[in-house]
Amino acid sequence: MYDKGKVILGLAIFLCLASFPAWYIVLTGKGDYRPAPVLATSENQCVESKQYMREYHMQLLNQWRDDAVRNGRAIYTATDNRTYDINLTGTCLNCHSNKAEFCDSCHNYQGVAPNCWDCHNVPVMGK
Amino acid sequence: MMSAQKVVVPLSAVLALVLLACVGYVFAPLHYFMLVILPYLCGVIFIAGFIYRIIRWAQSPVPFNIPTVCGQEESLHWIRQDKQGSPSNYLQLTWRMLLEIFFFRSLFRNSKTEQAGQGRLVYGGNQWLWLGSLAFHWSLFVIIFRHLRFFTEPVPALVIWLTELDGILQLAIPTLFITDFVILAALTYLFIRRVAFAQARFISLPSDYLALFLILGVALSGVLMRSIFRVDLVAVKDLALSIITFRPSLNLSGSVGLPFFIHLLLVCCLLAYFPFSKMMHAPGVFFSPTRNMLNDSRRKRHVNPWDRPVRVHTYAEYEDEFRVQMKKAGLPLEIDEAGNK
Repeated sequence: MYDKGKVILGLAIFLCLASFPAWYIVLTGKGDYRPAPVLATSENQCVESKQYMREYHMQLLNQWRDDAVRNGRAIYTATDNRTYDINLTGTCLNCHSNKAEFCDSCHNYQGVAPNCWDCHNVPVMGK
Repeated sequence: MMSAQKVVVPLSAVLALVLLACVGYVFAPLHYFMLVILPYLCGVIFIAGFIYRIIRWAQSPVPFNIPTVCGQEESLHWIRQDKQGSPSNYLQLTWRMLLEIFFFRSLFRNSKTEQAGQGRLVYGGNQWLWLGSLAFHWSLFVIIFRHLRFFTEPVPALVIWLTELDGILQLAIPTLFITDFVILAALTYLFIRRVAFAQARFISLPSDYLALFLILGVALSGVLMRSIFRVDLVAVKDLALSIITFRPSLNLSGSVGLPFFIHLLLVCCLLAYFPFSKMMHAPGVFFSPTRNMLNDSRRKRHVNPWDRPVRVHTYAEYEDEFRVQMKKAGLPLEIDEAGNK
C-alpha cells in the first residue's frame, strides 16, 4: 500500500463520519428515549383516527385554519361523519391542553419547531 | 445497446425495486427483513465495500508524476506562479484540492468548442454541468445532514438550525425545503442533459442512468413522503434509533407506511451499490494523481515504483570489451589502450 499513513487517516475520518449517529447516541446515552406525550382527557378518539392524526395533524390544522379564517366554514365533517366545530381553542385544546407535555414531546424528538406559536399564545392551564 | 434501452433498462430496475418494496410491505412476515436486516446488510456492504475499494486503489502504484497543470509552474522568482493551477508545495496543493472537492473547480473550467458556420471554430465556457452538479451535490449534503434528526437524540442544534434555514421560505405545511426542490430540479437537468445532447447520450452507459434514477427515486419518494403521502415520523425515528443502537426492534410507537418502505429500500440499494459504482468518485477525488500530485518533477525525481533494476551495458563498458577490435578496424576511441582520452 502506498501513502499508508494518509490512506489510513482518510479511512479513519470516513469511519468516524459514517458511524457518527452510532457513537453520538452512545455519548448522549439517550438511545432508548421514546417520547411519551401526556393527554389529560376521557375521550378515546380525536377528530380522525390516531394513525391519521399522527401522520397528518399539521395538514389538518392548516386546513382548519383556512376553513375558519379564509373560507368562513365552521363545521368539520370527519371521515366517520361525526361533526366538529372548527375551533382550535374550543375543540383541539380541550384535550390537547398542555403544550409542554403533549406537543413538545414529539416535536423535540423530531427536531421540528412548528411556527404555530410565533403568533398564537401558549394556552395556560386553568387553576 | 440502443440508446433507448440504455435508459429503459435501469429505469425498469428502479421501478422493480419500488414494486419489491410494495411486496415487502404487503406481506407482514417480510417486515423484519425489510426494516431491520436489509439496512444492516446494506450498511455493512457499504462500509466494507468502500474500504475494500480504497485499499485496492492505495495498492496501485503511480508510475509517473502527472498533475494536470493549467498555469505557470514555480520558476524564477520574477515569473509569477499559478499557485492553484500548478502547485509546488503541499499548502498550495491542499488549496487546490479543497476547491476541487467543495466547488468542483475543474468542472468549472469545462469549455465547449463549436462550429460557427464556414468552418470557423468558436471556443467558450460551458458551466451548466458545473452548476447542475454543484446544486445537486450540495443539496444532497444538506439533505443527508438534515436526516441526522432521525438518528440522533437529542437532535444537535446545528441540525435544527440548518433545517430551519432550509425551510426558511415557510411554504406550505409541512414546510417545503429549498434543497428538496433544488435536488429534484438538478437531477432532472442532469438526466435531460444526458438524453438531449447527442455527445452525452452517446457516451452514457446504463450504469450512468441507474445511479441517476436511484437517487431520483430516493429524492422523489422522500419529498412525496414528506408532503403528500405522509408517514408516522415518530415511528420512523423509533426504528432508526433502535437500529443504530444495535437493539433492533419493530416494537414501534406507531406503524410506518408504504412510502417509507419504498424510500428505505431505495436508500438501502443505493448504499449497497455505492462502493461498486461510479459514485465512488467521492473518495476517488482524493486518489486522482492528476489532482493530488505536486508539479515538482524538475526538482524531485519521481521514481516509478514498479521499475525493476535493468541490466544495462554502457558505452564505456562496450569500448572496454571491443577496444582491440575497434582499434584494428580504425574506429575512433574515447579512451585508448594507454588510458588516455
